[in-house]
Amino acid sequence: MSDTSTPSIMQEVQPRKPWVNRGQSVRDMVRPTVLAGVVASVVVLVTGLAGPLGFYFAFVLAFIVVSFINGMRHDKVKAIDKVMTTLVTAGFATAFIPWASILFTVFKRGASAIYFGYFTHDMAYTAGDDELGMGGLSHALVGSLLILLMASVIAIPFGIVTALYITEVKGKLSGLVRVIVQSMSGVPSIVAGLFVYAVVVSRYSFSGFAGAISLAILMLPTVARTSEEVLKLVPEDLRSSAYALGASQMATTFRIVLPTARSGLITASMLGLARVAGETAPLILTAYYSAVYSLKVTGQPLASLPMYIFQNFSTGTDTALTRAWGGAAVLLSFIFILFIIARLAGRGSRK
Amino acid sequence: MENDDINLTVNATNTNAATGGNALDEGRVGTNGLQTKGVHVWFGKHHVLEDISLDFPANSVTGLIGPSGCGKSTFLRVLNRMHEFIPGAAMAGEVFLDGEEIYGPKVDVTAMRLKVGMVFQKPNPFPSMTIAENVLAGLKLANIKVQDKDSLLEECLTRAGLWKEVKDRLKLSGSSLSGGQQQRLCIARALAVKPKVLLMDEPCSALDPASTLKVEETIVQLSADMTIVVVTHNMQQAARVSDFCAFFLSDGGPGQVVEADRTSVIFSSPSDQRTADYVQGRFG
Repeated sequence: MSDTSTPSIMQEVQPRKPWVNRGQSVRDMVRPTVLAGVVASVVVLVTGLAGPLGFYFAFVLAFIVVSFINGMRHDKVKAIDKVMTTLVTAGFATAFIPWASILFTVFKRGASAIYFGYFTHDMAYTAGDDELGMGGLSHALVGSLLILLMASVIAIPFGIVTALYITEVKGKLSGLVRVIVQSMSGVPSIVAGLFVYAVVVSRYSFSGFAGAISLAILMLPTVARTSEEVLKLVPEDLRSSAYALGASQMATTFRIVLPTARSGLITASMLGLARVAGETAPLILTAYYSAVYSLKVTGQPLASLPMYIFQNFSTGTDTALTRAWGGAAVLLSFIFILFIIARLAGRGSRK
Repeated sequence: MENDDINLTVNATNTNAATGGNALDEGRVGTNGLQTKGVHVWFGKHHVLEDISLDFPANSVTGLIGPSGCGKSTFLRVLNRMHEFIPGAAMAGEVFLDGEEIYGPKVDVTAMRLKVGMVFQKPNPFPSMTIAENVLAGLKLANIKVQDKDSLLEECLTRAGLWKEVKDRLKLSGSSLSGGQQQRLCIARALAVKPKVLLMDEPCSALDPASTLKVEETIVQLSADMTIVVVTHNMQQAARVSDFCAFFLSDGGPGQVVEADRTSVIFSSPSDQRTADYVQGRFG
């Protein structure tokens, strides 16, 4: 391009950096920030607003006013533009603060509970109010893994098949099925727990498997609804092409529709998993809690991370509370790692 | 309706058909290719096609032309029963492939579609598959075993005019190709199951002129040994690629065939004034 398009000009064509809208430069941002900070400080000192939240509130309001005045020096459109930019940024920051605050609090408070042995010991010989550095949550971590694994094995295939019935089979009952799935997603988790307690636990015993059933009941509607949306996104053209190639509906569904929707279906499964990974209420009634490391999912209670947190919180002493925070930190990391694994799996072997 | 009595049958004595006797059953001379008799189509209560009787001689290209909404694409779908996926669609009449009724009670629809391939308006390679997998997708979908997949792959891509461009990147995703290449990939995909008929629904309407030219060349080459039906809005394209043309028109009611004849006749001396007006661009 460069050597053919400028034959008459004797200078070499230099590539230009892509044009970007720089918006406000940093210097433009400093003055309103400082000004709004000063105004907010005064407001906090003089009026009833107090504390960091009060300051934040005053700061955002002051910033809006300052950016409006700043914009009015040019014209009205510029002023409105600045105010809107501030509002959107403030909205983002306001949503971000609780998120960061939760993470910060959990890891700060839980940090002192976590040591290497935390992941290799159980609580069989340690009480919640024993000093830190003893015992751990290996039993709860493994229990959670087992329960979630079983719940996924039950709920993900059923959820995807339900979605397939609605979008691919389009049977006579698909409308009804959709309504049932929708109402299932409104079932309170404790009710799912009670149901499994009545049907399974009261006849046999508390067990990890019973816990998995209750979580699967909660997972199923999320997986089914999200999978349905994902399958609807598969272009109708692809199905037509497959049929025109002499494919049966079965072959079309399994070889074309499902592979095309694969990463979306993995996301749907992850959403379902995330929905139940931190559930505590149904586990109180189904898997209950055990302080001992075990891989046995039937016939006896099985520990889980949420129940570990709950148990230590119930004990209520300082060290037990720290253990609860440590458990919360591990649970958060655990879910985060699950998400990363799913993302990688969703990206898949292709590319 | 005034054209109820028009004889719509195209004479099957073209030169292409004469050379293409390879697949002929002795007893079925004259019934080779694709024929429709008195085809009607309804969507619910809406009558969209009325009494379409056409002959598509073997090893020729037939263009279906006419303004939008006159039922050309619907008619094309009737030829391999793809209209059955449209809720509320119903048809009457008969469609014969090599003398056999494809709407017969004992017909296996999926097996029939193997013989009647289809290429759609928008290029739609399967996004979850590589280029090579796309071409061979039909075999996998219909559970057909093939000895030498590599040579079939090369043959199909060569016939679709795509081999040279993609032979070094067969392992890449089909969606990495340009629009025109994707459409030729879809043609190669349709060829892999060895259909006798290829239906094309405005195959070039989403393509640039250069790609259109390549697809048209492909169509002409393929017609040496298969029957091709092309729906097109582009009259120059119909004139360039087709041996026969059928002009569809709907005057508010169901679509009908106004005139069907050799392409040269349709474009130079059509017998119906409306055909003349349409091919000369006076409406539609």
